[in-house]
Parts: sequence; structure tokens; C-alpha cells
Amino acid sequence: MRTIHDIHGGIHPPERKALSRPGDLQNAPIPPVLVLPVRQHLGVPALPIVAVGDTVLGGQVLAEAQGVMSVPVHAPSSGTVVAIESRPIAHASGLADQCIVIQTDGEDHWLAFEGVTSWRERDPATLVERIREAGIAGLGGAGFPTAVKLSPGPTRPIETLLVNGTECEPYITADDTLMQCRADELVEGAHILAHILSADSILIGIEDNKPDAIARVQAAISRAGVDVELATFPTKYPSGGEKQIIEILTGQQVPSGGIPADIGIVCVNPGTAVATQQAIVDGKPLTHRIVTLTGEALAAPQNVTACLGTPITQLLEHAELSVDGQQRIIHGGPMMGFAVSDLNAPITKITNCLLAPTATELPLPDPAQPCIRCGHCAEACPASLLPQQLYWYARAKDQEQLAEHRLFDCIECGACAYVCPSQIPLVQYYRAAKGQIRDSEQEKRRSDNSRERFEARQARLEAETAAREAKRAARKAAAQSQAAENGSDPIQEAIERAKARKAEQEANP
Amino acid sequence: MLAMLSDQPLLAALTALLGLGATFGALLGFAAIRFRVEGNPISEQINALLPQTQCGQCGYPGCRPYSEAIADGDSINKCPPGGEETIQALADLLDVEPQPLDAEHGVEKEPVVAWIREDECIGCTKCIQACPVDAILGAAKVMHTVIADECTGCDLCIEPCPVDCIDLIPRKEGISFWHWSLPEDRASRYDVIATDAATRDAA
Ligand code: SF4
Ligand code: SF4
Ligand code: SF4
Ligand code: SF4
Repeated sequence: MRTIHDIHGGIHPPERKALSRPGDLQNAPIPPVLVLPVRQHLGVPALPIVAVGDTVLGGQVLAEAQGVMSVPVHAPSSGTVVAIESRPIAHASGLADQCIVIQTDGEDHWLAFEGVTSWRERDPATLVERIREAGIAGLGGAGFPTAVKLSPGPTRPIETLLVNGTECEPYITADDTLMQCRADELVEGAHILAHILSADSILIGIEDNKPDAIARVQAAISRAGVDVELATFPTKYPSGGEKQIIEILTGQQVPSGGIPADIGIVCVNPGTAVATQQAIVDGKPLTHRIVTLTGEALAAPQNVTACLGTPITQLLEHAELSVDGQQRIIHGGPMMGFAVSDLNAPITKITNCLLAPTATELPLPDPAQPCIRCGHCAEACPASLLPQQLYWYARAKDQEQLAEHRLFDCIECGACAYVCPSQIPLVQYYRAAKGQIRDSEQEKRRSDNSRERFEARQARLEAETAAREAKRAARKAAAQSQAAENGSDPIQEAIERAKARKAEQEANP
Repeated sequence: MLAMLSDQPLLAALTALLGLGATFGALLGFAAIRFRVEGNPISEQINALLPQTQCGQCGYPGCRPYSEAIADGDSINKCPPGGEETIQALADLLDVEPQPLDAEHGVEKEPVVAWIREDECIGCTKCIQACPVDAILGAAKVMHTVIADECTGCDLCIEPCPVDCIDLIPRKEGISFWHWSLPEDRASRYDVIATDAATRDAA
């Protein structure tokens, strides 16, 4: 039996998970229009390779990856490309981004796929390539390109593949549902990932508030007759943070500023494992995902498998949203999510939950009060930070002190803000401070580069002037040395010539 | 000698102190010569804080000359691309009071990059000669283009262009440049953290 370690801090907010009836999975209808952002992942946007007017089949590549930190986008159903333009997307900024818009034809015709069942005999590099081509980006929320995660490099040997089935945020049950309904795919997917990484062991971690998921995954492991360890641990928010679950299950800490691969672990979301299984064994790209539709403003909260690119409003309608015009719609969960400003925005690879709470269920926070230095935030912080200090330094924009206090170890879980009696929106300060620091670093790199180029140019211009000078000097020297050789001085000769001419002129006026 | 020292503790302490003093003094002296910084370190430090736009709005032909002028006592508020932030950083470095940006030299603007409307470019190479950071590519009589990553948005290529085909466009637009702003700087608040008061009390 594995020893379960405790992490610092953490909170126990009301779970509200039963609301969306985890384990019961429906298909959401194919919407008349699909809006597919070219950037649904962390990194460089994909480049559209279809044109307006093209007819496309389900599974067809719409946009190609641009470099390593990028993944392609595929059509989730058949239809016609009607626009490639800037559209509102689900993003905290409320800004628009480039999208490929498809009018579906309702036929749902698909390309034929070819998978490989004998993946054990395949070279890891080819499998990684297939994962990249299938457009898989971390389905847990960050959208990190999976192929990149699977290439930790020769300096980081991987011992353990960890499937993070914690899903600790209140309300969300998408992973729970996935683990219940796709347990066999999950186990095989985990095996494929371990094979790619040459990891010795596979560990699946699930919080103990999901007994059904635990039972089904255990059954799938027995069915497959394979060596996979299933570990369960007590429910606490935010145990699902990558660094947190690693500490809980191994007692090891990922070094500050490091990644799990530094200590021989690669951590993936269960959805990513299932998408991998489908990409390899069925040859199917990532075009759908499971989304939790929940909140008391929905008459039919549920989990659905939905086409990526389905407008949020369609899914809310499907879950029978009772509109009162008041409530916010939240993308993600109540702790780490953000309010969506335009409901025509589509769901993407990172959308695990749409939360439609009533105004009493999740009221707008009261205005923040001054910090009373109670220290509750430091007690709650799972990363053992000092949130109160970070808050002061974020307000003072003191980047040095923020770095000193390990701002970048903050996982933005919101535990500190949750316990803060003064209702200070602490996480927003940290997000803003991180953004400012990244910005200044980028500007610093730019200006260093400009300085170098400016100085290189100055040096070049100086060198050019010097070269011109040198040439002139050389010409002069050459003329003089020639004079010395001939035993005559060219200047003297010129003067003589001029004198002769003058004398001649005077002689014959 | 040793016997005498052990007999007289006061003398021993004094000798030890003197010895230490001499050793470290020599070390420091050596370090001062061995690791001496070339040039004028303060102007280097000032230059490191300037934005390197190389636009000349400060009245000097580039950031380095301005940094040298500041080191010689010129005021710190003449660089519009750097704006308030740079003035603050300079004030911290030089331990002087920050002053507001001198409007005579210009106002702080959003960062821009140059963009050549390539079908209108006649390939005269005038902009190449003007660009302080060699950010424009092209040869005589063929169309030129700006390397956006290298362009500082200094504005110096605009004026020499005989056909006015260079625009300055915002450099930091779109979602990749967005980040959260501090709650007090923001008009609307979208805080989501935590659940309702009723259940919170129950928890
Ligand atoms: S919990 Fe809130 S009030 Fe208490 S110390 Fe932290 S920031 Fe200040
Ligand atoms: S949001 Fe950051 S500072 Fe606050 S509790 Fe979570 S990790 Fe700690
Ligand atoms: S005004 Fe222009 S040239 Fe002068 S210091 Fe600022 S960026 Fe450099
Ligand atoms: S391209 Fe124009 S604006 Fe950009 S750095 Fe060169 S001269 Fe300045």
C-alpha cells in the first residue's frame, strides 16, 4: 500500500458535484455552426489550410500546427467552411481571436481512420508524431501540447507516468464521468503514454470522493490484466495541482521553477490519456470532449460529449438554462474559472465545465476590505507561500520581492482568496503581477537585442569610415612610394608642369 | 616570538587583527585592479535601463549617448518610449527624485512596429540607411520589408521614405499580449472564487 502524504494548506469548499450526475454521459447535438479557434492550446496558433467555401469531412485537418509548441485543429463534423475570421472566444480577456467557422450539413460524414493496435511494437517517436497530428493538448485546463510533454529529453529519464484523476475543483465532474465511462480506454491510453516515455510504472491517482470512478478504473485494470497502480487519497482542494498530487502520492516535491519530469514523473489528465488511446488505436483526432454543464440556473445539468467549437449558448440551451439575465456564465470551475463575456464563444479543448449559477448560488463578491493580517491565507496556501506578502508586493509592483517570495510557484488555486475574510481578490493580483513580470522580461529581451543590433551597426559604420580612411591613406602612400621609386616627386613634377605651362603662356600671349 | 605572544594575550590579539587587516587590504587592492570595470559603469547601468528604441527623441543620437549625458548630469525625463517606468527606474538607480516626462521631447505611446506596404515600395534603400538597428531587409530597386521582431518602432524610417509607404502599427495587440490587470486598475470585476455565503457558512 502506498503511503499518502499530506500537503500544506488546502480548503474544503462545498463540492456540489452530485448536481451534474457524474457517470451519466449524453451526446450533445451537433450545432448548425461550429466555431473553431486556431488557438485552443498553449503556444503558437495553428495556421488554417482550408478556404472559405471548402467542404470538409469530420476529422479533416482545418489548421496545421506551426512549430513544436503548436497543435493542429480538426473538423468535428462535416460541412462547409463559411468564414475564417476573428470571433469572440472563451477567454478571460473577452478578446476575439481567429476562428474557422463551419456550417454543418447534418450528415456527419467522416474521413476513414487507420489506427494501430500493435503500438507496443512501434517506435515512440512515431507514436508522438501521431499524437501531435491528432491535435492533442492537455485536456485538464492548461492546454499544453501533449507531444511536447512526451518529449522530456534524454537528460530527464521518466520513471512514472501519473494520471491525475483528482478533479478537486467544486462542481466539475467531467473527469469523473470520463473515468467511469471510458475506463478501458483510459488504462490502455496510460499504457501507450508509458510506452512512449519508457516509464517503468503507471500510477492513477483519484480523490476518494469518486467511488464509482475508482471502482470502474479498478475493474478496467483487472480486465486488462496489467500492472497499473490505482491510488486514492482524501478529498481536499487543491490536491489536483500537478505539484500537489505528486507530493501527495510520492512525498517528493517538484523543485521551484521546475517541471515534474525533473524528478522523473510525467503527469497527464485522464482525458489526455483517453484522447491518446483514440489517436493511436483508432487513428482518430481530437474533435470532441466531455464538458460538465452545471449550476442551479440549469434545469437539466449533465455531462455531455460535445463537438469542439460548439457555441456555449447552444450547450446551455441543451441543459435548459433559465435565463434571468442576471447570472454569470463561468468557463471552468468556481475557483479557477472566469466569467464568459460573450456566450457565442465556442467551447475548446480546454473547456471542462460551463457553470451557470444563480445569483444567490454564487453571488458577486462584496467590495474588498483592507487586509487585517490575519494570516489565514498563508495557512490555506498549498504551495506554502505567503499570499499576504505577495499581495502587498503585487500592489507595489515590486518585482524583486515578488520573485523572492516565489510568485511563480503560485498555482492560482484561489484557496487564499477563498479564506480571506476581507474578500480581497488575491489571485487577480497574482495573475496581474505575473503578467507584468513576463511583459517586462520580454521587453528586456527586446531591448537587449536592440542594443546589440544598434551597437553592431555603429561598429559597422565606424569600420566603414575607417576603411575609407585607410584606403585614402593607402592611395597616398602608394603615390609617394612610386615617386620614391622613380626618383621623382609627383607633386614637385606637377608644380614644374604648371610652371612650364605658365611660362609658355607668358611667352606666347 | 610565539612564546612572547602566548604570554601577552593583548599583544596576540593586536597582532592577529593587524595581520588580518593587512591580508584583506591586500586582497581588496588586488581585486580593485584585477576586476576593474571598463569604461564608465554608471552610464552602462543607465543604458541598461533605457528602452533602446534608438529614436533620438531625447535629443541625442541614440540611447547610449543619452545615458552618457545623464551620467554627466542631464535630466532623466527626456525619453518618451521609456516613459514613467524608465524614469522611476533611473530615479531609483541614481537616487534622485523622479520627475514627470518632459513633454517637450514627446509623450509616452503604445509600442509600435514599422510595416512597409510592399507593393508600393520602390526599393530606394533610404529607410535601410535610416534604421538604427538594421531591421529592414532589401536591396536597391527591390521591395523592402521590416523584420518585426527587430524593429524598435523608432519612427526614423518614416520621414525618409519618398513614397510614404511605411506605417507604424501597434506591436502588442491581440490575445497573446493580454494579461490580467490589477483589480484596482480594472473597470469591471469578474471574480469567481468561492461559492455562496450560505454554503460557505455551512462548510
Ligand atoms: S487572509 Fe486576507 S485579510 Fe487575512 S492576511 Fe491574508 S490577505 Fe490579509
Ligand atoms: S492562489 Fe497562489 S498564493 Fe493563493 S493559495 Fe493558491 S497557490 Fe497559494
Ligand atoms: S528617447 Fe529614444 S534614443 Fe533617447 S533614450 Fe529614449 S529610446 Fe533611446
Ligand atoms: S524599421 Fe523603421 S521604425 Fe523600425 S527600427 Fe528601423 S527605422 Fe525604426
